[in-house]
Amino acid sequence: MTLTDLANPTRFLALTTRILPWLAGATAILLAIGLYQSAMAPDDYQQGATVKIMFIHVPNAWLSMFVWGVMSIAALGTLVWRHPLADVAAKSAAPIGAAFTFLALVTGSLWGRPMWGTYWEWDARLTSVLILFLMYLGLMALWRAVEDPSRAARAAAVLTLVGAINIPIIKFSVDWWNTLHQPASVFRAGGPTLDKAFLWPLLVMAIAFSLLFITLHLAAMRNEILRRRVRSLQMMQASRTAVIGEAKEMGAA
Amino acid sequence: MSALSALIRRDIRIALRVGGGALIGVLFFLTVTVLMPFAVGPDLALLSRLGPAILWLGALLASLLTLDRLFTADHEDGSLDLIVMSRTPLELACAAKALAHWLAAGLPLIVATPVLGLLLNLDGTATLAVALTLLAGTPALTFTGMIGAALAVTLHRGGLLLAVLVLPLSIPVLIFGVAASQAAISGPVSFGTPFSILCALSLISLVIGPFAAAASLRHGLD
Repeated sequence: MTLTDLANPTRFLALTTRILPWLAGATAILLAIGLYQSAMAPDDYQQGATVKIMFIHVPNAWLSMFVWGVMSIAALGTLVWRHPLADVAAKSAAPIGAAFTFLALVTGSLWGRPMWGTYWEWDARLTSVLILFLMYLGLMALWRAVEDPSRAARAAAVLTLVGAINIPIIKFSVDWWNTLHQPASVFRAGGPTLDKAFLWPLLVMAIAFSLLFITLHLAAMRNEILRRRVRSLQMMQASRTAVIGEAKEMGAA
Repeated sequence: MSALSALIRRDIRIALRVGGGALIGVLFFLTVTVLMPFAVGPDLALLSRLGPAILWLGALLASLLTLDRLFTADHEDGSLDLIVMSRTPLELACAAKALAHWLAAGLPLIVATPVLGLLLNLDGTATLAVALTLLAGTPALTFTGMIGAALAVTLHRGGLLLAVLVLPLSIPVLIFGVAASQAAISGPVSFGTPFSILCALSLISLVIGPFAAAASLRHGLD
């Protein structure tokens, strides 16, 4: 089973029908284990119970960047290899990535409230994640601006790749801007390296969230394929009724 | 080479003549700068502190607004199809068009900067610093903005979509442009550090911009 075998949407649908229940089950089990472990993890001696936000926040932040990576590979698939499912993958990944980025921002600001005393701090990391969120939204706006999916796919692919080059540059600039404007004293200077009691739940949660993304992504790709089929069926029907209408008019005349 | 210089000369001529609208960017720049004191108050000390940031934001928005014209007019009258089909590499043609656009719409902004600096109570050094950083930074704005303009013209959508796509990409230029101007005026950092990064950003966009714009034109036009 190679990537080219999956180029046939019907085969892809058949495969995902078999895989999806297992993936969803594994995600649910791992999420349950991870949440239980995070709830049982000891409180931090400095931050108290708020440290547990980390178990949700870090996986979301990691996925916000991982999803852009997935979309970049899909963009290469669209532009270089012309894989028929690549633009389906890219299109259905964007809203999921935006959702993870949004959750990372929300949990980050909820964590910032007790730590920094404010919901929003123009901290370098939060700021670059916010810009990433804006770029996800821009990409989704681009997808929605055009009706023809294949035309939108090529434009979105170019933008995704440009974004992939620019995101590290933006990250670096924001870091530089932040150190220029703010002394480092606001933040904990070199927080303690993670203890094993925190590391294990975090790892489990990271894997669980990654599985969650794969499950959601495959399901969204299925929906997108089916949506496109419905669209082409509707177009065919519309053109057929138009032809029949024309024929009737001709007959009447 | 002669094809490219002909393209540059043609674009500049079109931009400067009636209906070209390159100089409307300067008018917009002036208007935005005049609006700022109404928003923050006529306090001269505050204005001179915010001055570089105001000028940079104005120049950023002005160059964004003129970007719409980079490909649209050529697409409407069909000459863009000729450029895509010609034997000159599309990447070079895109670079030439962006250069012409910068000469016609970007340079006037820099020429107008000293006058606007007077309005914002900037002294000689500060005005010079802002003009110099704009000179180094606006090519980056034009060349990255060109990607958005190419995407917008292939999708037949302009305006807001273009702004939403291009503005996040221009954040690094804004950061280092304002930082370099501030460094020259007061800052703890030496002027050279942010300024050389600003030049580097312009050089990177000089490479990425034409290739990405050409790719989206090639894939997008039918």
